[in-house]
Amino acid sequence: MKELEVFREWKKNRHEYARDWQKRTGGKVMGYFCTYVPEEILYAAGVLPVRVLGSHEPQNVTEPHIFAMFCPFCRDCLAQGLKGRYKYLDGLMIAQSCLHIRQAYTSWVKHVPVPFSYYLCMPHKVQSKRAYPFLRGELEAFKKAVEKWTGKEISDKALTDAIAVYNENRRLMRELYDLRKAPEPPISGEEAMEITMAQQMTDKKEHNEALRKLLAALPKRKRDRPAGTRLMIIGSEDDDLDFLHMVESLNKEQYPATFVIDEHCTGSRYFWNDVPEDTDKLMAIARRYIERPPCPTKDWEERRRIPHMLKLAKDFGVQGAIVMQQKFCDPHELDTVAIRKELEKKGIKTLFLEFDVTVPIGQFRIRVEAFLETIKQDDLF
Amino acid sequence: MADKKGKYPTEPLKCWDKAKKIREDYYRNYAAAHDKGGLRWAGGAWTFDAIPAGLGDDVYPITSEPYGASCAYDKKFSLRCLEATEKAGYARDLCAYMRNYWGSILLNEFAFGGPFPKPDFLWQDHICCSHAKWYQVVSELEHGIPHYSIDVAVGPESEINPNKIDYIVGQMHDGIEFLEKTTGRKYQDNLLIKAVKNTCRATSTWAKVCELNKTVPAPLDEKSMYSLYVLGTIQKSSQAVADFYEELLKEVQDRVARGIAATPNERCRVMSDTQPPWGFLSVFRYLEKFGTVSIGSLYTFGLIGAWEVAPDGQWVHRKTPMETGVSINDRDKALRVLTEWELHKPEWQHFYSPHLKSEMMIRIAKQWKLDGVMLHYNRGCEGLSLGIAENRLALLKAGFPVMVFEGNMGDEREFDMTRTMSRIDSFMETLGMKKEFD
Repeated sequence: MKELEVFREWKKNRHEYARDWQKRTGGKVMGYFCTYVPEEILYAAGVLPVRVLGSHEPQNVTEPHIFAMFCPFCRDCLAQGLKGRYKYLDGLMIAQSCLHIRQAYTSWVKHVPVPFSYYLCMPHKVQSKRAYPFLRGELEAFKKAVEKWTGKEISDKALTDAIAVYNENRRLMRELYDLRKAPEPPISGEEAMEITMAQQMTDKKEHNEALRKLLAALPKRKRDRPAGTRLMIIGSEDDDLDFLHMVESLNKEQYPATFVIDEHCTGSRYFWNDVPEDTDKLMAIARRYIERPPCPTKDWEERRRIPHMLKLAKDFGVQGAIVMQQKFCDPHELDTVAIRKELEKKGIKTLFLEFDVTVPIGQFRIRVEAFLETIKQDDLF
Repeated sequence: MADKKGKYPTEPLKCWDKAKKIREDYYRNYAAAHDKGGLRWAGGAWTFDAIPAGLGDDVYPITSEPYGASCAYDKKFSLRCLEATEKAGYARDLCAYMRNYWGSILLNEFAFGGPFPKPDFLWQDHICCSHAKWYQVVSELEHGIPHYSIDVAVGPESEINPNKIDYIVGQMHDGIEFLEKTTGRKYQDNLLIKAVKNTCRATSTWAKVCELNKTVPAPLDEKSMYSLYVLGTIQKSSQAVADFYEELLKEVQDRVARGIAATPNERCRVMSDTQPPWGFLSVFRYLEKFGTVSIGSLYTFGLIGAWEVAPDGQWVHRKTPMETGVSINDRDKALRVLTEWELHKPEWQHFYSPHLKSEMMIRIAKQWKLDGVMLHYNRGCEGLSLGIAENRLALLKAGFPVMVFEGNMGDEREFDMTRTMSRIDSFMETLGMKKEFD
């Protein structure tokens, strides 16, 4: 389907896209770690934010920099920097989230210096009313730093326009995800992941345009296999297309299955809520990031992530959930037991899998097939 | 073998038994708090323990990291705790202190005897990913104990500003409301002020003690320091701990004046990093066979110690607010002083960049006159192992030989004693040291 192809191309040729964007707009490109980065401020300054992701290849360059007990994702991301794959970046930043990914940032800026780098102190206690003025203050400092770096003032109008583009993008993505509630969703989980990955690497105006075309074409689309078991994928950072492809390509007579929804930061958590209306634009942005579906690092004292995922499971008619995480991911390990318990209380079976830079497709296939069989048995009896 | 008498005189610490008693009383008082109508609370070693002190003199804490370390020291008990936690579904690569602590709850066994004493509320801070989440799980395991955590991750000391202070102080004020509501007690600001002053006094004095280890021969060795610094991790806001550190300081000053060494054959000085494998502290005694003393570490100096850089570049104890003429007269001022004081904590800086930690480690290596560094790649603590590989690179670049050993502070299954000793042998050889002392 050509309307889908563009997202696949962007995802596949992310570096070419960014370099081309730089050339044709004359703008700066900011690499970022973690989806708590307030992209609206960068976009208002004419900067393209691109999320740094790994390449899922074995590598041997990060061992001297990150102790092996830290997650494979942070090491894979750092490897991209050390291997020079992001040489075009004008800046690199992180919003405070987990300790693991922080190391990719701190080692990168030390060993592969960039003209501008920034550590944004995103608060952890997002459940406190004190987080709002604090984050607003941090955003103000960040805005000033970006203005100094780019040599341009960021006006309220530029912020309003950037927020509008981003909110439009989020609205279109939710519209796309709504289609997945259908008994026979018109797109697979793999395709949805390609779209969300591209979303984090491209100019949102261009992504919006492509989304509009896709949304116009999708109602006529019929997939060549039944939706089968409706799955949810829950977890830490996840851009492992090979895994989703494997699950959705299993024998369609025996194990038809489709991922109909996700709850992770490379997916729905990235776009689920909008920047609200507020005359104070920085406060509006602060509210958006504080009130978004939380990363486990910020989901305390009350667990607010679980009710959100239970609602998603209900709304999307989920029958089984694959709870995945990057190996050694402590924040997710601290949620997994509670998540599985609550899902299973609702009658949603779970399968837990630990992901590495590359996934053992053969072993995972056997486990997923067994998991799908247990769900089917419930239907039989 | 060389003369057993040694190059320097040595003697045991006179205040050793007192340190042990403070620790024993601490755990006993916590367990027995309800018998006397008092309250129990649990939180981390870095939590602002001065704040619950305002609830009364009969409020007793248990801090979880030292408790986890105590479990780890008893290998059999620790293994049962770890296995109970794994059986409940928790990953075995999580913080080892946390798993020992959770295991103790799951088994309902207190490391110091009897059933695990359930706290009345949970009071934690949060800078490491595991901190507040640790107590979220504790609250669940204990069927809903009220929990309050304070986010302190506002950036390194060089970037402190009023916005950051207000964020933490605001949470503290809300926390006091939580404490009053949870316990039904009226909060006493005078007790808070006293506890804040004790915190500053205890942590500054501990740094003074560590400063004295710049002396050759070192008056203290790190293995002994573990039994002393721990008091600051269990209750840094208490009068007993602050007073003890002043007594200890006097004794260590006297040791320096008389040339008393911790290791009588000292001829090589190293430091370690991160928590040691608690069940295997004999590693430090093994070093002594080479005439090597571990004089401490950023961990033993800076986990609770309060430090600052003097105009001449020396790393010295931070002067207390009382010494610099700051008056603390009300709740808000006390909370602000406490926040600013703790934001300078050395072991909080590397959470933002390993390069800040490297600077401190290199400073220690130079000023404490070190010959080498032993880095514990500690699988049990992601917080203090954060950026440790970068620290290694920086120390090497600064000209200090570095030995790395992998292990776990609280999970004996992840520490290979024989291999570590073999690494020490090789490291000592590279430093030109021979195993000459029994």
